[in-house]
Amino acid sequence: MLMVESLDCGYGATQVLRDFSLAVDRGEILCLLGRNGAGKTTALKAIMGLVKPSAGRVLVDGTDVAQLPAEAAPLHGLGYVPQGRRLFAELSVAENLEIGLMAGDKAGRGGPAAARRDDALALFPVLRERLNQRAGTLSGGEQQMLAIARALCLEPSVLLLDEPTEGLMPAMIARIREVVEELRRREVAILLVEQRVDAVLQIANRVLFVENGRSRETVEAERLRAEPALLDRYVGVGH
Amino acid sequence: MDFGPFFLLAAMEGAVGAAVLAVTALGLSLVFGVMRVVNVAHGEFYMLGAVIAWWVTSLLGVHPALGFLAALIVSPLIVGAIAGAAERLVLTRIHYDPEATIVATIGMLYIIQQAVLMTYGPDARPVQPPFDFRIQLPWFGYSGYKLFVILAAALLMLAVWWGLTRTRVGLMMRATQFDRETARAFAIPVDTVYGGVFAVGAMLAALGAVLVTPIQQAHYLMGHDPLLLSFIVVIIGGLGSLRGTVLAAVIIGMSDGIISVFFSPTLAKIIATLAVAFVLVWRPQGLFGERPA
Ligand SMILES: Nc1ncnc2c1ncn2[C@@H]1O[C@H](COP(=O)(O)OP(=O)(O)OP(=O)(O)O)[C@@H](O)[C@H]1O
Ligand SMILES: [Mg+2]
Repeated sequence: MLMVESLDCGYGATQVLRDFSLAVDRGEILCLLGRNGAGKTTALKAIMGLVKPSAGRVLVDGTDVAQLPAEAAPLHGLGYVPQGRRLFAELSVAENLEIGLMAGDKAGRGGPAAARRDDALALFPVLRERLNQRAGTLSGGEQQMLAIARALCLEPSVLLLDEPTEGLMPAMIARIREVVEELRRREVAILLVEQRVDAVLQIANRVLFVENGRSRETVEAERLRAEPALLDRYVGVGH
Repeated sequence: MDFGPFFLLAAMEGAVGAAVLAVTALGLSLVFGVMRVVNVAHGEFYMLGAVIAWWVTSLLGVHPALGFLAALIVSPLIVGAIAGAAERLVLTRIHYDPEATIVATIGMLYIIQQAVLMTYGPDARPVQPPFDFRIQLPWFGYSGYKLFVILAAALLMLAVWWGLTRTRVGLMMRATQFDRETARAFAIPVDTVYGGVFAVGAMLAALGAVLVTPIQQAHYLMGHDPLLLSFIVVIIGGLGSLRGTVLAAVIIGMSDGIISVFFSPTLAKIIATLAVAFVLVWRPQGLFGERPA
């Protein structure tokens, strides 16, 4: 579904990603695990076309989106939940969702807008009561739900989530995990950046370790659960 | 004339000025709000709007009302096209860098001004008002056209407000304003939005100018005052705040008109500029701006 092949990219003169590759399939969760500053967020931005790679390809169903302008990525079914939510804080909840719906309309994806909206709101019913509230005034958890719902409004076939549980309470984390699992059941390809190792082990199908902007090993989550020592090498758990 | 009627007259003149100013300043405010750049050539787009209005009406040579209507449509379109082209040719190449944009638009200012001087010449030329209707008040008669200007400006501002808050294009503009990068991640063509906003900003200046030409003659240097007053309005109203821009235009336009009538236009400008200084010291985000810029 999503294949990234030997991506090089960075900001201006500083190169961040080197020879970065990964692959995610439909109905699969691939977790990126790596230290702070390893380049996880940069990898997601590069896939979305927000940082231009100097080499490599980003294939979505066989189309190389790395060569297209950033606004084309959502048209190929890429949904993005950025780190820190990045809601349009001055706009209402309904308007934030509308922006996701507009992207879906342009892509000509999925069902009619009203159905996509109902679908996204069905996963996060609390948002329905707050449609006219300014997004910036929502609680942290509600903001995260809105960020995910906004991306779901375009009915993505690939969903990129960058630390969606950052700073949230356990109940909210559980809710988000349920939604992500539900999306996996719906055959969405999911690329998840997550810092908490226990959460990764519970939800991931496979884990990709990122170190200094390079993609290292990809390991089956099951193997990782059996041999936690593998984790030490890349994320230094227990040090 | 007694003080009362005299004051009423001054206030009506002020209201006309405020109406035109609100439309013009809204263009500057929109460009600053969405693109975060200062368009120093804004006053020249205004001047260009007036000159093209004269050109259209005199070239057509039809009934003043028809000529005016044609100018009201053609002039903003031409000015919008010129602004759009300038944006593509220049501003995209400097990536909307704030400082470089100021310098680039100063360049545009002189190019437009000198081009108009070379073709249109140094004369001031009038456009006939579309109708000659006068309203007779107990103390004095007042031009019906001037009241029409106030109405037209109010309708224009309602249209802009509606476009920004009730349409998808407006939503794209606002999303671009608040977070460019995330907007792109949701398929909003930020470059096209920028080009469009710059063109629409210039078109609003042109519309303000077309409304003004039957009152004030078209001249190649007429863009200075509107630029200065628009800056004052945008700063006082709060950068990028639509409501603030309109309210500040009313305050500044009214006081400019009234002080000009009772004292002198120069004093009016001095007071308005002082007001900006005070606002910048005590409330840098503007009277109605919500967050510090
Ligand atoms: N806009 C930018 N300009 C320059 N350098 C940047 C920029 N954004 C990120 N970097 C650098 O790129 C490197 C990777 O950053 P990135 O945000 O991708 O890390 P990350 O793995 O997501 O970290 P975290 O876990 O803290 O979110 C860091 O060294 C960072 O300083
Ligand atoms: Mg990150």
